[in-house]
Amino acid sequence: MKRSELLSRILIISGILLVLAVPFAAQGTRAQGVIEIHGRMAETGGWNPSTFQAKAGVPIHLRLTSEDVMHGFAIGQSDTPVVDVLPGQMTEMTITFDKPGTYTFYCTRWCGPNHWRMRGKIEVSGDTLESPEPGTAPLYMNLNLEIDAAHPAVVTPVGIPDAQRGKQFSGLLPAAYQSPDYYRSQSPAQAFEDLRADPILVSLKDAEIWDLVAYVWQSNSTPEGVVEGKRLFAQNCAACHGETGGGNGVFSGKIQALAGKIPANFTDPALMLGAAPALLQGKMLRGGMGTGMPSWGPILTEQQTWDIISYLYTFQFKENIARWGK
Amino acid sequence: MRFELTRIPSVKTLLKNRWPQLLIWFAMLAGFLFAIQAGLFGTTVGNRNFGIVFVWIAWWAVLILVAVPFFGRGWCAVCPISLPGEWLQRGAIMAPPVKKPRWLNLRWPNKLRNIWLQNLTFTLVALFSSVILTTPKVTAIVLAAMFFLAIGMSLVFERRTFCRYICPVGGFIGLYAQAAPLELRVKDKQVCLTCKDKPCYNGTTVELRGSSQAGYGCPWDVFPGGLTKNTYCGLCMECLRTCPYDNIAVNARPFSADLAKPSTRMDEAFKAFIMLGAAMVYAGVFLGPWGTLKLAAYSVGTTAWSVYAVAFLGFIFVLLPASFLGAVWIGKVFSRVKTTLKKSFTALATALVPLGLMFWVAFSLSFVLTNAAYIVSSLSDPFGWGWNLFGGAAFPWQPMLTSVLVPLQTLVLVGGLLWTATTARKASLEVNISAVPVIVFSTAVTIAMLGLLL
Repeated sequence: MKRSELLSRILIISGILLVLAVPFAAQGTRAQGVIEIHGRMAETGGWNPSTFQAKAGVPIHLRLTSEDVMHGFAIGQSDTPVVDVLPGQMTEMTITFDKPGTYTFYCTRWCGPNHWRMRGKIEVSGDTLESPEPGTAPLYMNLNLEIDAAHPAVVTPVGIPDAQRGKQFSGLLPAAYQSPDYYRSQSPAQAFEDLRADPILVSLKDAEIWDLVAYVWQSNSTPEGVVEGKRLFAQNCAACHGETGGGNGVFSGKIQALAGKIPANFTDPALMLGAAPALLQGKMLRGGMGTGMPSWGPILTEQQTWDIISYLYTFQFKENIARWGK
Repeated sequence: MRFELTRIPSVKTLLKNRWPQLLIWFAMLAGFLFAIQAGLFGTTVGNRNFGIVFVWIAWWAVLILVAVPFFGRGWCAVCPISLPGEWLQRGAIMAPPVKKPRWLNLRWPNKLRNIWLQNLTFTLVALFSSVILTTPKVTAIVLAAMFFLAIGMSLVFERRTFCRYICPVGGFIGLYAQAAPLELRVKDKQVCLTCKDKPCYNGTTVELRGSSQAGYGCPWDVFPGGLTKNTYCGLCMECLRTCPYDNIAVNARPFSADLAKPSTRMDEAFKAFIMLGAAMVYAGVFLGPWGTLKLAAYSVGTTAWSVYAVAFLGFIFVLLPASFLGAVWIGKVFSRVKTTLKKSFTALATALVPLGLMFWVAFSLSFVLTNAAYIVSSLSDPFGWGWNLFGGAAFPWQPMLTSVLVPLQTLVLVGGLLWTATTARKASLEVNISAVPVIVFSTAVTIAMLGLLL
């Protein structure tokens, strides 16, 4: 064999082997601690991987991308910033969990009717053996509220109750009605009945009692809380319940086809005035009801649920509507 | 008007010596195999995967914007796909061995000695292109399939049958190579006629093997002495090495030179329609604002995709050729000459070669300039594994030269139309019919393409 032939054969064969070896030899050099997560609409697979592990106190580097439409990535019950996950692009973020536990990550973009099913788990282990804080049972359980039962308001106002007008009579209001415990456990309709039956308020007309109820509800919220509730509502609830709370969000048609009825209409007094904050919180935390309502328990903090609830009542009470820009 | 490049001694030495070409081949083969690997093992995010970025952005840009317009089949001269097969077929990489190779060495069937199969393979790739172009694994599988098919065909058939009859890319490169300002031709046809052994086609005789003149017969199954157009010459330079009379020349020439002799072949005419139509459909699917169309093209296997596929095939194989035929027919009616309709049709379809090429240039400009930034990042992180080999992994994506894109595309399309009009006039003189209807047809599709791109 000629020298040139031999040389070229050696060159070609060794070159080919070298190239073929690269991915195998280089597997180990993949950057450590990097987790690549691909998002797809829930119908076609959701997040992949949908569960991954981390260690408390040790930063992990996430590389996020979408295989179809735009998604968002957020981690429930944590202050990690929400990022967009775009097709054909890598979104990178580094996060560190302070506390061990199981966290839920979820999609924040309305990617499809099953958008809320796009969830995954992060199992964060810790070096310390401290047991996770004992969870307290949600209020609706302590109150034995039936969150699946119908809860029509036994009585509804003629006009829209006005908290500002109600404030005028607040001097007459016994302290028992002003506590957070009372507000959270009673529906506005029940509160109306209680106040109506109270001999101290016998001089007030029905509409004035309703104004007083509106005042009680307003005094149990803060402007900041309502603003935060409004933000959370727009991000998480409006896709189905509608941006104006009418149960007519972009996916409501699909939900109706699925569950046989439209998502709850928060502008309906019969529905909303019959619901206590604890009841609404229960529906939110547990989800279900056979309606396609997701469970928000693993995602929202308790404060966030109360903020959303205080925003929900602004669809019913006048002063709040004016005050918070609704 | 020709300038013989091989008259320059250094150019001739570079082309005759086997090492420069071998080293380029070597680099191409390494890159090709690496692209397959990246596609198979790398990230599934297309624009972060070397396989997608280097094949469909970098290679495509070089091919359609530089190699084909200026060097014709220049790419084929360095393409790695058929190399291992060819080396196995010959039993050697450099010089021919004295022993005869043991493979089947069959002749390619006569019925398939045309580019219909290439028309078919290109159409198939085009139908699935939305998925192929964006999914690294699929790109890798397509590349590997071509690679192994080329090897297999080299072992069954003689010469480069894959390149000539199957390669989906080779078909259109050949078509557009006719317009390129570069050619390989013989210097004096008389010399070829009197040459006894014709080593350019048959390979050097056994006695000469081992000498500096040793070489193979034309891998592309072309007799250089009979070359009149670039279409099927792969510019591999084998004849330059074997010709005992130094009768082979590589010439610089004016653009469009081969188009003066209109084609008479229906397979080539249809290649022109396929390319023209595919460029328009691609512009619509990839650059247009129609989400439904885009989704249909991507959803291979669904009803929507089937509708898209039928529409695509109908546009390319029925609508375009039929309306072109109508234009040719009108031209014939007005000329009252007895050229057959088929002859007029194939002759005038030659005029669509520059137009199709310029459609592809204009279309490619927008997506290449839009995506070129990914070349930098995928060089540094070819598998999308978070490497940073050359420090460019985080290079931000940014479309390039956006301000000149639209004027450039307009220039290319209008230039292409003028070029086609000139070619159509020449072709129409050959078959004695009026070129006006065909020029009207070309103007209409150019306006449509302008609308799709701008």
